[in-house]
Amino acid sequence: MSEHRIKNLTINFGPQHPAAHGVLRLVLEMDGEVVERADPHIGLLHRGTEKLIEHKTYLQAVPYFDRLDYVAPMNQEHAFALAVERLLEIEVPERAQYIRVLYSEIGRITNHLLNITTMILDVGAFTPFFWAFEEREILMEFYERASGARMHAAYFRPGGVASDLPPDLLGDIATWNKRFPKIIDDIESLITDNRIFKQRTVDIGPTTPAEAFDWGFTGPMLRASGVAWDLRRNQPYEVYNDLEFSVPVGTNGDCYERYLVRMAEMRESVKIIDQCLASMPEGPIKVIDNKISPPSRSQMKNSMEALIHHFKLYTEGYHVPAGETYAAVEAPKGEFGVYLISDGSNKPYRCKIRAPGFAHLQALDYVSRGHMLADAVANLASMDIVFGEIDR
Amino acid sequence: MAEPSVWSDYILPLLLIIGYIAAIVVPILLVVAVVVYGERKIWAAMQFRKGPNVVGPFGLFQVVADGLKLLMKETIIPTGANRVLFIIAPMIMFTLGIVGWAVIPFDAHLVLADINVGILYLFAVSSLGVYGIIIAGWASNSKYGFLGALRSAAQMVSYEVSIGFVLVTVLLAAGSLNLREIVEAQKGLWFFIPLAPMFIIYFISALAETNRTPFDLPEAEGELVAGYQVEYSAMAWLLFMLGEYANIVLLSGLCVVLFLGGWLPPFHVEPFIWIPGVVWFIAKTAFIIFLFTWVRATLPRYRYDQLMRLGWKVFLPASLAWVVITAGAMHLFGWMP
Repeated sequence: MSEHRIKNLTINFGPQHPAAHGVLRLVLEMDGEVVERADPHIGLLHRGTEKLIEHKTYLQAVPYFDRLDYVAPMNQEHAFALAVERLLEIEVPERAQYIRVLYSEIGRITNHLLNITTMILDVGAFTPFFWAFEEREILMEFYERASGARMHAAYFRPGGVASDLPPDLLGDIATWNKRFPKIIDDIESLITDNRIFKQRTVDIGPTTPAEAFDWGFTGPMLRASGVAWDLRRNQPYEVYNDLEFSVPVGTNGDCYERYLVRMAEMRESVKIIDQCLASMPEGPIKVIDNKISPPSRSQMKNSMEALIHHFKLYTEGYHVPAGETYAAVEAPKGEFGVYLISDGSNKPYRCKIRAPGFAHLQALDYVSRGHMLADAVANLASMDIVFGEIDR
Repeated sequence: MAEPSVWSDYILPLLLIIGYIAAIVVPILLVVAVVVYGERKIWAAMQFRKGPNVVGPFGLFQVVADGLKLLMKETIIPTGANRVLFIIAPMIMFTLGIVGWAVIPFDAHLVLADINVGILYLFAVSSLGVYGIIIAGWASNSKYGFLGALRSAAQMVSYEVSIGFVLVTVLLAAGSLNLREIVEAQKGLWFFIPLAPMFIIYFISALAETNRTPFDLPEAEGELVAGYQVEYSAMAWLLFMLGEYANIVLLSGLCVVLFLGGWLPPFHVEPFIWIPGVVWFIAKTAFIIFLFTWVRATLPRYRYDQLMRLGWKVFLPASLAWVVITAGAMHLFGWMP
């Protein structure tokens, strides 16, 4: 008898797979239903964002950040805005800070709603998905009313936010915010104690804190494994220091706890939004310095200075003092960082983007190995992968 | 004795049978269309949506439009596929979804084939269903399709066993394999009360048998895209869907016959017995189909090994035990019919 080498079954999971969350091509080596190796191939959505930013002025770079994690666009802009402000050494007016925090939390809810319910969808239940998207639609409208765009907002700009909020918006957000916990309750009542859901997610892809650190996990992925690390709490930016909220943590970092952490985070976000609405101050929404933020339309009608500022800002842009900085925000998916080097010109010399999803995805092989195919799907879904930010 | 004639002995009965078959199959296909529409409307209501509401009044013609669309699309046969088997598989599925209806009694005297082994016949028909899926998965020469087919084969075989034991209990209680007599045995008490655990096992196994949530692994969208159907399109795919839904309606109908007293009214008193038996039968079947839909909108999906564990380690011993208990109790107390 001659010897036969038995080859494992190789499955090409994606890039057009309904559970690939975008354009992931995952090459799975399977022994029957058991995953022996999961090899994520990335780059199908690579657009060269970092290089493009090197050829744009600081203001023109903002919209690129919307297109990274397009599920919660403003949170990405936030990191870039913080980095530029740090290099410019300017302080953002308080109202702008509150607006930014408000919209960061709205972005967090938008993101978690999508992630949690698509994860539930991937493990087979499809009703919460529709419930959540009904709410996301409303949140998108809040985005639109503030920035004029449902997704690609370009709203958080270095120096503040693009424009002030329309008059009724805060009241409408408050109304929604009162109603929203009911939706979380509904989803929880359907899913959290569901035995099938638990069987599918508990102890799937558990990570210890040490492993989570090794793989570079941040955000809910890290907190689910029991590390209370939240940049809003540990390195407060904007007005997070003045706000009351808790950081939910899990214990063993499996898919179920990632789900629970995200659920709890939405409730915390609701609290933060409440506080923002309650203490939203009046005042300017961007720095007064017209070298950085554009003058108003009415000023331009009367003042030559303002007209020149406007022209200069939208053609040449502003020059940023030479230096380098790293600014990170607690984006819904984890630590989203921007490492910015300025050479003193009007364009960044280098803009390195740290995307949380990239670090999470590299652990997919590690957490899925030895699990079944369906578990690999649950793992992937619980990692909250969005290819805009991974491929950049 | 009259002169034997080809006409009255062969052709006329044949035509009659064909007529009966048409009289069953056409309404069944209509019912499938209604079920698809109703299902979408029910899900929509559960998900704060409107559901189909554009084509025709209340979107009623949406199903027709979908069907026409699928009819007119091009059937794509993959290069690596086994052409003959690839085409045959959906036909098997569709046929099996339809032929089971031959023995289902809609009313006391409204049954195509009043045979003595009705239950065995149905059991045989539903066991054959796995062939359609296996052949489909194998013939499409696709890894997703093949994995889906394997899952499905394992699943249907496992749950067939517990359905078998459920049927055994029912026929013990009714003392007959004939579906009409099984219904008549429930005149006093519908079987879902004395045989409640079996009713539940039957319902869950029926979900597994028809590959519905939470047992829709063969076509698990999040894992296998569409499982054994992944390479199918147009008419072939439509046949799969029709077969699947006909099967759901069939198993719901069987559930009504076995446990919910078929065409019998709930109480043998005045207002209830005025309503014809067919109406009762349809209403009860509709209720079971609604349960199918409800489950689909609510539950996530099992993993392959969990499904197997549930089938072999929970349902099989439970149904086996209940067979023994039922038989023992009937023998002991002399309830044998």
